[in-house]
Amino acid sequence: MKAAAFQYERPGDLPQAIALLAREGAKALGGGQSLGPMLNLRLARPALLVGLTHLDPLRSIADLGHAWRIGAAVTHARLEDERLAGAEMLAAVASDIAYRSIRTRGTIGGSLVHADPAADWPLALATLDAVVEIEGPSGRRRCPAETFMQAAFTVDLAADEIVTAVEVPKTTPDAAWSAFKFCRKQGDFAQASAAILLDPDRRAARVFCGALDGPPRPLPGIARRLAEGLALPGDTVERELGRLVPDLDPIALRMHAAAIRRAADRLGRSA
Amino acid sequence: MSGVGARVLRREDDRHLRGRGQFVADLHLPGQQEVAFLRSPVAHGLIRHLAAPDDARDRVFAQADLGGLKPIVARSTLPGYRDSEWHALAPGRVRFVGEPVAMAVAPDRAEAEDLVERIALEIEEWPALVTAAQALAADAPRLHDGWPDNRFVSLRYEKDFERHAAAAPVVVRRQVRLSRQAIVPLEGKAVLATWDERAGQLVVHTATQVPHMIRSGLAETLGLDEHAIRVIAPDVGGGFGYKLILQPEELCVAWLALTRRRPFRYVEDRREHLTAGANTRQHAYDLTAHADEEGRILALDAHVTVDGGAYSNWPFTAGIEPGQATGNLPGPYAIRGYRCRTECVATNKPAFLPYRGVARTGVCFAIELLVDAVARAVGRDPVDVRRDNLVPPAAMPFENVAGKRYDGGDYPGSLERAREAVGFDAIRARQAAGEADGRRIGVGFATYTEQTAHGAKVFGAWGLPIVPGYEQAVARITPDGALELRVGLQSHGQGLETTLAQIAHEELGLPLERIRVIHGDTGETPFSTGTYASRAIVWAGGAVAEACRALKPRLVAIGAHLMQAAVAETRLDRGRIVAPLAEASIREVAFAWYRDPTRLPPDVDPRGLEAVGGYRPATDTGTFSYATHAAVVAVDPDLGAVEILDYVVVEDCGRRINPMVVDGQTYGGTVQGLGSALFEESAYSADGQPLASTFADYLLPGAADVPAIRILHMETPSPHTTYGARGVGEGGAIAPPAAIFNAVNDAIHPLGAVVGETPLTPRRLLAALAEARLDR
Repeated sequence: MKAAAFQYERPGDLPQAIALLAREGAKALGGGQSLGPMLNLRLARPALLVGLTHLDPLRSIADLGHAWRIGAAVTHARLEDERLAGAEMLAAVASDIAYRSIRTRGTIGGSLVHADPAADWPLALATLDAVVEIEGPSGRRRCPAETFMQAAFTVDLAADEIVTAVEVPKTTPDAAWSAFKFCRKQGDFAQASAAILLDPDRRAARVFCGALDGPPRPLPGIARRLAEGLALPGDTVERELGRLVPDLDPIALRMHAAAIRRAADRLGRSA
Repeated sequence: MSGVGARVLRREDDRHLRGRGQFVADLHLPGQQEVAFLRSPVAHGLIRHLAAPDDARDRVFAQADLGGLKPIVARSTLPGYRDSEWHALAPGRVRFVGEPVAMAVAPDRAEAEDLVERIALEIEEWPALVTAAQALAADAPRLHDGWPDNRFVSLRYEKDFERHAAAAPVVVRRQVRLSRQAIVPLEGKAVLATWDERAGQLVVHTATQVPHMIRSGLAETLGLDEHAIRVIAPDVGGGFGYKLILQPEELCVAWLALTRRRPFRYVEDRREHLTAGANTRQHAYDLTAHADEEGRILALDAHVTVDGGAYSNWPFTAGIEPGQATGNLPGPYAIRGYRCRTECVATNKPAFLPYRGVARTGVCFAIELLVDAVARAVGRDPVDVRRDNLVPPAAMPFENVAGKRYDGGDYPGSLERAREAVGFDAIRARQAAGEADGRRIGVGFATYTEQTAHGAKVFGAWGLPIVPGYEQAVARITPDGALELRVGLQSHGQGLETTLAQIAHEELGLPLERIRVIHGDTGETPFSTGTYASRAIVWAGGAVAEACRALKPRLVAIGAHLMQAAVAETRLDRGRIVAPLAEASIREVAFAWYRDPTRLPPDVDPRGLEAVGGYRPATDTGTFSYATHAAVVAVDPDLGAVEILDYVVVEDCGRRINPMVVDGQTYGGTVQGLGSALFEESAYSADGQPLASTFADYLLPGAADVPAIRILHMETPSPHTTYGARGVGEGGAIAPPAAIFNAVNDAIHPLGAVVGETPLTPRRLLAALAEARLDR
């Protein structure tokens, strides 16, 4: 199928982009790796596409000392290649997104805003306790990645707001982290996924489960056990996951619990 | 060395690797219009209202507008077979999601789709018959008017069943099924038709495997003489059976060009393919083996159900799949008694098409899983029970219980070589030791025979309206001494531009670069039913050899005269005409014939340097290739993941004309078989909506998902064919589901679990393991 007709604008700066997005039927275009197919299938029918990936403030990566500020239009491939110190999980996650050709165009902000439950960034950024930076007509605001995704394909973002960057706190040298996803084939969306960050110096112990029907879910009980150095015996993971996500059928529960255990098994040896 | 048996690089690859192929989507004619189809959004219903936008009445067409166009009706001589009327555009009733209902034309595809969106369509939705079981229910509505039930055809076969079953102490029942899937060639349907005013011909460029049969089909449905139609298959991006039939879209586009006298084109997109083309592999088997205490199967009882979709395709009909299933189910085994009931059932899904392997992927899956089940029932290793059941080489030639005549080979030998190649004993030891990571290892085998290159008797028995009889090729020495070969079939990945030239080189000695293979064009080639049934190298190869051999004495006679030598003392040797005291080139002979006839002998053969070769294998009931596939897998019982650790193919396709082409065919087929085994599924909702409409939902094996397939060869020449070649195009796709499922079952049966439904998704595997846990 071919896309229905639409207007395309390439704004000169962020305020222009925000003004264009305020128009009826406008939609922001990042790397186009999800929106492109949806346009061709005529599932997305915007009147106006506003290209964003050429805007300099969205393309930069800045070292803030305690954190990395990553422009929303930074591609997965760049994160894969640059291997930011103190945010090694970003490179590991980026390198496993779809295929390299998709990674060279797909952007971290675009993926976050698209909010496919099976996508990698919502899970990884929630686990890393990242903050989403958003610009709109009334200025800048910040939203924790953990609450930015509200439901499948639904995020805390008004039509005329733009995600400009994500701020990812750096881990300390003693931190352990891991990310695991299970795909039916290389490059496919995840059937089950989990990510873990244990950073005792920052008192961070975070475990999230992804590829659910909605946003990634935190598993604080599991996180606490792992932070205390305890094992995950028997069906510990199944029980907590089943309690927090009661609508999982037994097979999905088993698969997701296995993903969490695999992530736990890999802690500390995947840096 | 570039003749028969040589490892010659494929000549067609140069243009394909450089992106210079010419597919229908690459063709542009002045004034060309693009066609888009409005397709039924419901599985079953009646069109109540269909109207073009007021400003586009001349650019939108429904069935009522297609004056003179007959429906596609595939007749069959099978007893009890029922045909269906398949209209190019649905005239009232729609029978599957994706069935064309109307078409729109515009200068480009996007505009044509815009127009499609503006067509008003109201359909009264009827309950859909989504499964064969629903369609067979006594109170199910009939899918086609006048049918007494929803069966296209029911076949029954019985030979010596009761006697052998009664003597068997062990009875093992196994029910398995294969899911519906799409065929997914790189290029889907594509057709560009135009009117040639000078020739007075409708010229149809179409992505087909069978240009001459498409011409016949178009002529019949359009009501034209065949000479008024020229069908050209340009570069075609894979066929696999998908491009074997007359397509409604071909009819529509041809009708537009014929009536509007200008070019129109339609190129199927991937979403259309995955929905309206979800059309193959869906079989269900209920098998019972009657065996002795060693696991030798004495009698086989089978009930096979083919989910045939809404229509019977032309010309292969809804009868070919059940016919092939019934005849091939006993496989490579010396089973003595056989009883089989096979039904092809009409449902509200796209019309079933024969896909690479045609039914044999299903029957191999069924019989091979049954053999392993029998082995477990008698407490022996499946590899031993399989070996004991195979037809031994000493019994060749062998007529099996279904009347198939196996023309040689060492079936147990292929199993034994596969067993050695995967390191069977080491795997058993590794299994006993267990895996540190908690996964479970399994090894599985599947052995099959594949009837290939069969002729009139076999196709006739399946009742088809067109049956291959003899194959022709034309060989022409050009005035400069090069060679043109004309064959009526089509090469779309088989490498025939290379292998047929190798055969001509073998016969005439001309260098390959001086041999051109012309194919896929009814205007330039002799009639052929086309490329299917793993028949091309046997039939067209035989015809090319015959045509070249017909030229030989004519070349020698002219050459001898030029050298003033006796014909009896002159011969053709490596492309030269050799007499005792002199040599002449084919170029010199051609020069004399075409340009300097005063130098020809007085008794020269007036048919000159162009010859038609005709060919049919000495026995046309098919030459049987065979193979054993072996898979070693690691099963992750927590995630339901299956990793293929090793994959070995031991195959015998007789004499290999080009071993690299054989390997290529085997690799490609095997990967498609892996797709059927692990990934590909066209799932449907309860109301008949296709659930996999993009590659996000319909998974194909990618490069990273395919193991390093190891191919080992055996070479038993066929006694029936030129050079002893057997067909090889389909074989790779037959065994992978069987081998992989047997390997997975080998891994999980200690847990009490068993799987038997393709594809083996993590969910299916985890469900089988969960069921086993509940049973304990």
